[in-house]
Amino acid sequence: MSNLPETGRTSRVTIRLVVIQILVFSLLLTLGGRLWYLQIRSGDQYTAEAANNHIQQVVAPATRGSILDARGVPLADNETRLVVSASRTDLMKMKDKGKGVLTRLAGILELKPEDVAAKVRLCDAKTPQPCWAGSPYQPIPITDEATTQQALQIRERAEDFPGITAEPTAVRRYAGPGGSNTAQVLGYLSPVTDDEIIKAKDSRSPLLRSDQIGRSGLERQYDTELRGKAGVTRYEVDNLGRVIGKAKSDKAEPGANIVTSVDARVQAIAERELDQAMKDARKEMDRNTGVNYKADAGAVVVMESKTGRIVAMASNPTYDPNAWVGGISAKDYQGLTGKDSNFPLLNRAIQGQAAPGSVFKVISATAAVNAGYSFTNNYNCSSSYSIGGQVFKNFESKGYGPIDLGRALEVSCDTVFYDLAYRQWQKDGGNNPKHPADWFYKTAHQFGLGKQTGIDLPNEVRGRVPDRDWKKNYWKSNKDSWCKQGKKDDDSYAGKIAKENCESGMRMRAGDSVNYSIGQGDTLVTPLQMATIYSAISNGGTLYNPTVGKAIVSPDGKRVEEIKPRAHGKLPFDRKTRDQLDRALAGVATNGSAAWRFGGWPQKQIPMHAKTGTAEVYGKQTTSWFATYTEDYTIVMTISQGGTGSGASGPAVRKIYNALYGADDKGKIDAKKALLPRPEAKLPRIQKDGTIEAQAIPSPPARKEDKEDKEEGAAEKPPGTADSTRKPDDPDSTEKPDGPDSTEKPDPAAAGGQDE
Amino acid sequence: MTTTDGYKVRRYSPERGTWGKLTARDSVLRRLDWVMLLAALALSGISTLLVYSATRGRTELNHGDPYYFLLRNILNTGIGLALAVGAVWLGHRALRGAVPILYGISVLLTAAVLTPLGATINGARSWIQLGGGFSIQPSEFTKITITLGMAMLLAAKVDAGDRLHPDHRTVMEALGLAALPIVIILLMPDLGSVMVLVVIVLAVLLSSGASNRWIAGLLGTGVIGCVLIWQLGVLDEYQINRFAAFANPALDPAGVGYNTNQARIAIGSGGLTGSGLFRGSQTTGQFVPEQQTDFIFTVAGEELGFLGAGLIIVLLGVVLWRACRIARETTELYGTVVAAGIIAWFAFQSFENIGMTLGIMPVTGLPLPFVSYGGSSMFAAWIAVGLLQSIKVQRPVSA
Repeated sequence: MSNLPETGRTSRVTIRLVVIQILVFSLLLTLGGRLWYLQIRSGDQYTAEAANNHIQQVVAPATRGSILDARGVPLADNETRLVVSASRTDLMKMKDKGKGVLTRLAGILELKPEDVAAKVRLCDAKTPQPCWAGSPYQPIPITDEATTQQALQIRERAEDFPGITAEPTAVRRYAGPGGSNTAQVLGYLSPVTDDEIIKAKDSRSPLLRSDQIGRSGLERQYDTELRGKAGVTRYEVDNLGRVIGKAKSDKAEPGANIVTSVDARVQAIAERELDQAMKDARKEMDRNTGVNYKADAGAVVVMESKTGRIVAMASNPTYDPNAWVGGISAKDYQGLTGKDSNFPLLNRAIQGQAAPGSVFKVISATAAVNAGYSFTNNYNCSSSYSIGGQVFKNFESKGYGPIDLGRALEVSCDTVFYDLAYRQWQKDGGNNPKHPADWFYKTAHQFGLGKQTGIDLPNEVRGRVPDRDWKKNYWKSNKDSWCKQGKKDDDSYAGKIAKENCESGMRMRAGDSVNYSIGQGDTLVTPLQMATIYSAISNGGTLYNPTVGKAIVSPDGKRVEEIKPRAHGKLPFDRKTRDQLDRALAGVATNGSAAWRFGGWPQKQIPMHAKTGTAEVYGKQTTSWFATYTEDYTIVMTISQGGTGSGASGPAVRKIYNALYGADDKGKIDAKKALLPRPEAKLPRIQKDGTIEAQAIPSPPARKEDKEDKEEGAAEKPPGTADSTRKPDDPDSTEKPDGPDSTEKPDPAAAGGQDE
Repeated sequence: MTTTDGYKVRRYSPERGTWGKLTARDSVLRRLDWVMLLAALALSGISTLLVYSATRGRTELNHGDPYYFLLRNILNTGIGLALAVGAVWLGHRALRGAVPILYGISVLLTAAVLTPLGATINGARSWIQLGGGFSIQPSEFTKITITLGMAMLLAAKVDAGDRLHPDHRTVMEALGLAALPIVIILLMPDLGSVMVLVVIVLAVLLSSGASNRWIAGLLGTGVIGCVLIWQLGVLDEYQINRFAAFANPALDPAGVGYNTNQARIAIGSGGLTGSGLFRGSQTTGQFVPEQQTDFIFTVAGEELGFLGAGLIIVLLGVVLWRACRIARETTELYGTVVAAGIIAWFAFQSFENIGMTLGIMPVTGLPLPFVSYGGSSMFAAWIAVGLLQSIKVQRPVSA
């Protein structure tokens, strides 16, 4: 532009101007680079942070699904309570920070104004309870026990109560239909912990602070399905937390309903009969100890033989699951878990384990056949059997002479199995085993002992097969204390045992094997394992994973996911052996050790099979075992410190069968009285709106006042479904028995065996 | 080019009409630097949108009128433009004579801030309340008067042809002239303005051709000054905290680091194209304090994204580029020095302002030229544009 000589300009100034220009543009470039880094390189991170900044979530919990019995009767459902809540966001917008509204509200609810104010303040380090620990954007519940009258007042005078809602809200209820309790199977809920929230954060079903989660039983097993998905309303808020708009929100999805195979009527009877059997046992004198039986715990399992489905499962002592609803009180909690409680929370059908006694003999018989001993050969049933100077007696020292294995099962002859086990022990090398075949132990494993049955309930215990590996490990961990005790020249029984264990506990001794063959000693089984085994004998050999859940039904009823029976093994016998066992067990019921309990049973129409067991527990009274099956059902009952198998458990099991089939004590079958002559194969009817139709259930007189729920209306008995003539044996059946303060865990150091 | 006699007569006729004067080939309008002017106008336009976006929801500030800041910003821009026109009309040379008066007024006003007339905003006593919701920040105008005053002293002998470079005595006088208002502003304390003024002084000395020793000496004094300021506790706690938060942004995100943290979230979440004007959650949620003034850039970052925020930097670059051209091409040292002072002012203040929102500079209360809401800074920036235009227009042109 200009080519005039530039006066007043030296090269020094020109150079410096260039320097300034370079500096200026490098500053601008720096800004551009940094802007690119923030917005393009790390843009996603900041977008997420911005979203966290300005989105607040309000959670509407999903309605938890119901747990229904096989006929659609709710075992666990929700009842509606009127919950009055306050929106803190709305209150804080008021001039007096909502003070006036809360005071008026306190007046209507008949609460102290300061108590109401305390409930809506936010928890922090300096605020004592009560205070609100949840999100300040979440409506804060003031009471869940509002009356309809109070709720109406609040709603009708909405202008007086801005920010206050009175909404019907679902609260868990364990209805106990037909007098059933089902406590341990259903489980219970309790509020979620911080750890669980963190753990579930990135899972498919994240937890909310307001959530309750299943802690045991079905509530825990099917927690994800039952819980559903909470609804989330997202509000955009400004820097002061004021709501400035609504963002994308998710509607609440109610949880799925679980249909179980449990029949509430059968369950009620099983619970009642178990309780009665235990009460009766406590009236019996134990001739061994000279005091009455303690009968401190018991369990009964009613299973469908052909599918492994659980029709009833009762555990005693028991408790009322409603104690957990709305938060358990400290006193109740102590009563359920304290040292003197006898642990009613335990489901003894899957968590109680004891030596099986003679109900184990079906395994020993199968093991003998597989080891090459013919089922039909005769074996000498002597009154006692001696090995190396040690004498093993038959039950009541009774001898039957030469009998086959079937008869040995019928009369529960111990010496036959002693002999077989001893011979096999010798064959395996005796005290110096060389590649032992261990038929008796192998067979127990093949029958599924020592591992979980795979039932759809949490925390099932495994039991124990005291085989050579176990013995070795057990000896290793106990030898020090045994040897110390054995050294003291203690002449007592315990001292001798300790000495012997110290010296040879690592070995499988002849006595161990012999005891083991009749289900005594260190073997531990659960009632459920025994039920699984006996139903497998009934159904031809299939070991099913027992199931309580039968179907998961989506809340709209459109998706039904059936839980199909699954097998986890086959019993190791052929058809012939199975039939021989089956015949022998039928013999037990007709002319064996259980015959006196099944007098008059219509054996022709409904062939009954049974095996009794009386397991000795060192330092305690005997455990009563009773395993039975028909074509359709398997019932196993056990009572800890209850006496003999048929003596303590027999009448109860018989009564459950009577109820199932509608039989009476003389063997007459009245189809109208039969609760469930065939297992319930179908699912309850699902109506168009997704609700599941509940069939009528009679309410027992003892609990009538508790039963003002919806199935009550449908309780006009249609023929063939109600056992209305049946008188409850004990109106107090749901009360906790005053059991002695001992758990069911038997002492593994059991004494020599004997059986009835 | 062939011309007629008549045309020649008309061209030099003193009776030429106003329109003719404005449209003539050598007219002021034609000689204006339109590129710079349009860039500065574009910045002011963007400013109005951003200020509106940042303030329409701030009921505690806008007296319930969402357009309160929008209208005031337009008014400010208009006044700024008028002041720029005035500056061009008067011309920087004419102003040269008035510099001592202007300087005196600005020093007095600056000093008045320290008297009970002054108002404290955000910990700094930098404002004079005029009533009616108006206030002025004299330190903004000090940036102009120091530039003009120093340029007048430094360029006097050189432009007169007496010397090739300013002598030591002149440099000392110029530094003394700058030191007085700087010390007053330091007492406010308005550290941001002091930083800008020091940078202006440096650029003015550089461009005047003063001896290298002065430059080196000044830099050294600057470093020592910083150390002294730190050691003597001239700084208020809020200023120390700002530096601490700059050094460690994770420090106390709810307190000191809150500003920087929220600013960075706002800008970072903008991405390439931003959330759209008026749709930024950080902006509508008012998470960034001082968003219409010092943190205006975060609105652009969030709502207009990299493209929009980048455009602001580019437009500032265009203004600075044209200013550098003017500085290089003017033939008198006075114009060069004034232009260099303004360049340093705009460049450093923009860098500091945007840099603090991006987390690469500590937080100081400096507005973004042309973009931040605020009358004083808007007026000062437009006066500076007028001065630059005047330097270009009044340059001796080839006939």
